[in-house]
Amino acid sequence: MSDSATTIDQAEVDRFSRLAAEWWNPKGKFKPLHKFNPVRLTYIRDTVCAHFGRDPNAPKPFEGLRLLDIGCGGGLLSEPMSRLGADVVGADASETNIEVAKIHADQSGVDVDYRATTSEALEAAGETFDIVLNMEVVEHVADVDLFMKSCAAMVRPGGLMFVATINRTTKAWGLAIVGAEYVLGWLPRGTHQYEKLVKPSEIDAALSGTGVEVFDRSGVFYNVLADEWRLSRDMDVNYMVVARRGA
Amino acid sequence: MAKASTKSARSKAKKPALPDRCDVFVAGAGYVGLATALSVARGAPDLSVVVADAAPEGVWEKDGRASAIAAAACKMLEALDCWDALVPHAQPMTEMIVTDSRTADPVRPVFLTFDGDVAPGEPFAHMLPNVEMNRILRQRCAEAGVTIVQGAGVTGFERDGALTRIMAGDDTIVEARLLIACDGVRSRLRDMAGIRTVHWDYGQSGIVATIAHERPHEGRAEEHFLPAGPFAILPLTGNRSSIVWTESTENAERLLKADPFTFEMELEQRFGLKLGELTVEDGPRAYPLGLTLARDFVAERFALAGDAAHGIHPIAGQGLNLGFKDAAALAETVVEAHRLGQDIGALDVLERYQRWRRFDTVQMGVTTDVLNRLFSNDLAPVRAVRDLGLGLVDRMPQLKSFFIRQAAGLAGPAPRLLRGDPI
Ligand SMILES: Cc1cc2nc3c(=O)[nH]c(=O)nc-3n(C[C@H](O)[C@H](O)[C@H](O)COP(=O)(O)OP(=O)(O)OC[C@H]3O[C@@H](n4cnc5c(N)ncnc54)[C@H](O)[C@@H]3O)c2cc1C
Ligand SMILES: C[S@@+](CC[C@H](N)C(=O)[O-])C[C@H]1O[C@@H](n2cnc3c(N)ncnc32)[C@H](O)[C@@H]1O
Repeated sequence: MSDSATTIDQAEVDRFSRLAAEWWNPKGKFKPLHKFNPVRLTYIRDTVCAHFGRDPNAPKPFEGLRLLDIGCGGGLLSEPMSRLGADVVGADASETNIEVAKIHADQSGVDVDYRATTSEALEAAGETFDIVLNMEVVEHVADVDLFMKSCAAMVRPGGLMFVATINRTTKAWGLAIVGAEYVLGWLPRGTHQYEKLVKPSEIDAALSGTGVEVFDRSGVFYNVLADEWRLSRDMDVNYMVVARRGA
Repeated sequence: MAKASTKSARSKAKKPALPDRCDVFVAGAGYVGLATALSVARGAPDLSVVVADAAPEGVWEKDGRASAIAAAACKMLEALDCWDALVPHAQPMTEMIVTDSRTADPVRPVFLTFDGDVAPGEPFAHMLPNVEMNRILRQRCAEAGVTIVQGAGVTGFERDGALTRIMAGDDTIVEARLLIACDGVRSRLRDMAGIRTVHWDYGQSGIVATIAHERPHEGRAEEHFLPAGPFAILPLTGNRSSIVWTESTENAERLLKADPFTFEMELEQRFGLKLGELTVEDGPRAYPLGLTLARDFVAERFALAGDAAHGIHPIAGQGLNLGFKDAAALAETVVEAHRLGQDIGALDVLERYQRWRRFDTVQMGVTTDVLNRLFSNDLAPVRAVRDLGLGLVDRMPQLKSFFIRQAAGLAGPAPRLLRGDPI
């Protein structure tokens, strides 16, 4: 790949930097991500424990696993991963986000190695991980193919990569953009651009030839009555996939 | 996490001392505080748990009261490995008689089982001395590494980022990730957290005493709705019963001040002589009755459980059972969050507990309030409604399970401990 190739879409990164103060307010602009946490943390924990033969109820089940949280934002996932025992690198293209994440981890007494950098830079530095978390980022990057390939390259043999994002369907446009941004006001307007949304098949395509292959897929759906996100078979709106590199 | 410091603090001093830091700090060592602490410690052994109680050492052993334990709370005690030690002290209740003394045909047996389905003849609840419950909970807490400190009332706390700084005892400061207030119905911690309550004062008091009688009670509980309010007889082991006797606060005070002979005369009039001669074994003590519901059960790094969240009229003997449900739901919420690596004191984590418990609590609070208003009144039209009320109580189980099903979508399934499973 050429030196000038970048995954950074500056307008996107600037938008997240402007909201940085809100990361840890569970009632603020990132409320949907806070609400998301129980379901995606459960999915990550249970998949990791099944794959690496760990007991999910034991203290620190991720002990000894090196994990990259790419596009970590304020560290909403990095901190839980560290508490579960993983050795965590949290990386984000926005310096402001990284500052907020560092201050919060410090206050919480949680150990995370936060870095203002990109996946392509980490790959170039020769970093590798047992687990790569790639959660709600791919729809914000400039070059999906480069982003996915650089992330995949850092997955160690026998390692896992999780990808979560929003599908590019009419239903997603209706619910995740018109609904969440305009009707319910859950997300600031302009958070998601329809053209930038990524279909599950495009994740598969970007991973082809990397040796990292998707083996599980799940939809995530909001249950209005319970005010809770739950796993679902329906991948038309929010979805998560997990891929592995053969040992 | 802060476990190491807890251990070193304990080995230095002979009597347990408060550590500088812990993960979960429980204020109040009543059975709700102890059950919550024990459930958290067993579910997440790597969390350090401290219980601090205002009363000096040994006071808990002087509690002469007994409580009715419904099926779910009993399952929870089993899951916490406490039940076997309690069996010798537990009196099964197999029958419940409810009468309204002022209606023409007074005796109308109904099963007041708020916890639903039990087969006839099966005990729907047990009576247990508080002191025995407290003893085994304390023992299991110690085995699970929970530090219990007496004479260490919480006098203040302030939230600071990811921690709460708690002042307890002689100005000791403890930093905790989560403060759980189980300090009873007049909770000071609730006030300190700025959580307001809805409160109705009944102007009534509950007189509680342990009565010895000549003949066996055969496991029968009785609730008589007298003009002044409900009078309950609850069977204890041996030829003994616990009574909860409602009077206006004025009359209750008068009865307590009266000489023992006058008190026993008054008691006999209400208790009857069907079980033979009566002797007061413990008490009497009077407790003012009211309905106190906290408007919120949680705040940042703070949760209420037990009477601190909801003090209800003892008419249905549900104070302990609601408190155990709180303990089970709160412990499961905290342990689940911890197993996901979440911050156990974060408001969005604690709100799950609040959503889970509030519906049930308000429903029970309102039900007992309505029952009491109905039965503490001697006006003729009310008496007619009262008959209807007893009919409604007859149908309670169905009504209740209807509500439970309605609530299920919102409130989720019963906490695991109440189903007898570990967290
Ligand atoms: C007359 C009467 C009869 C009842 N009968 C029954 C019955 O038959 N069955 C039933 O299930 N329920 C019954 N109840 C209800 C039952 O007693 C309560 O629901 C139960 O005691 C609540 O337990 P708790 O642990 O929440 O609070 P409590 O038992 O009140 O314990 C509170 C603890 O907090 C401590 N404390 C107070 N302030 C502080 C502080 N600042 N810092 C630290 N610690 C502090 C106290 O020392 C105490 O140990 C009855 C209640 C009354 C009034
Ligand atoms: C929606 S947030 C997701 C935050 C976090 N992963 C979570 O799910 O809680 C997207 C984040 O990706 C970051 N980001 C955008 N483009 C990036 C890139 N090319 N490389 C690294 N991070 C990027 C943004 O700054 C923002 O913090």
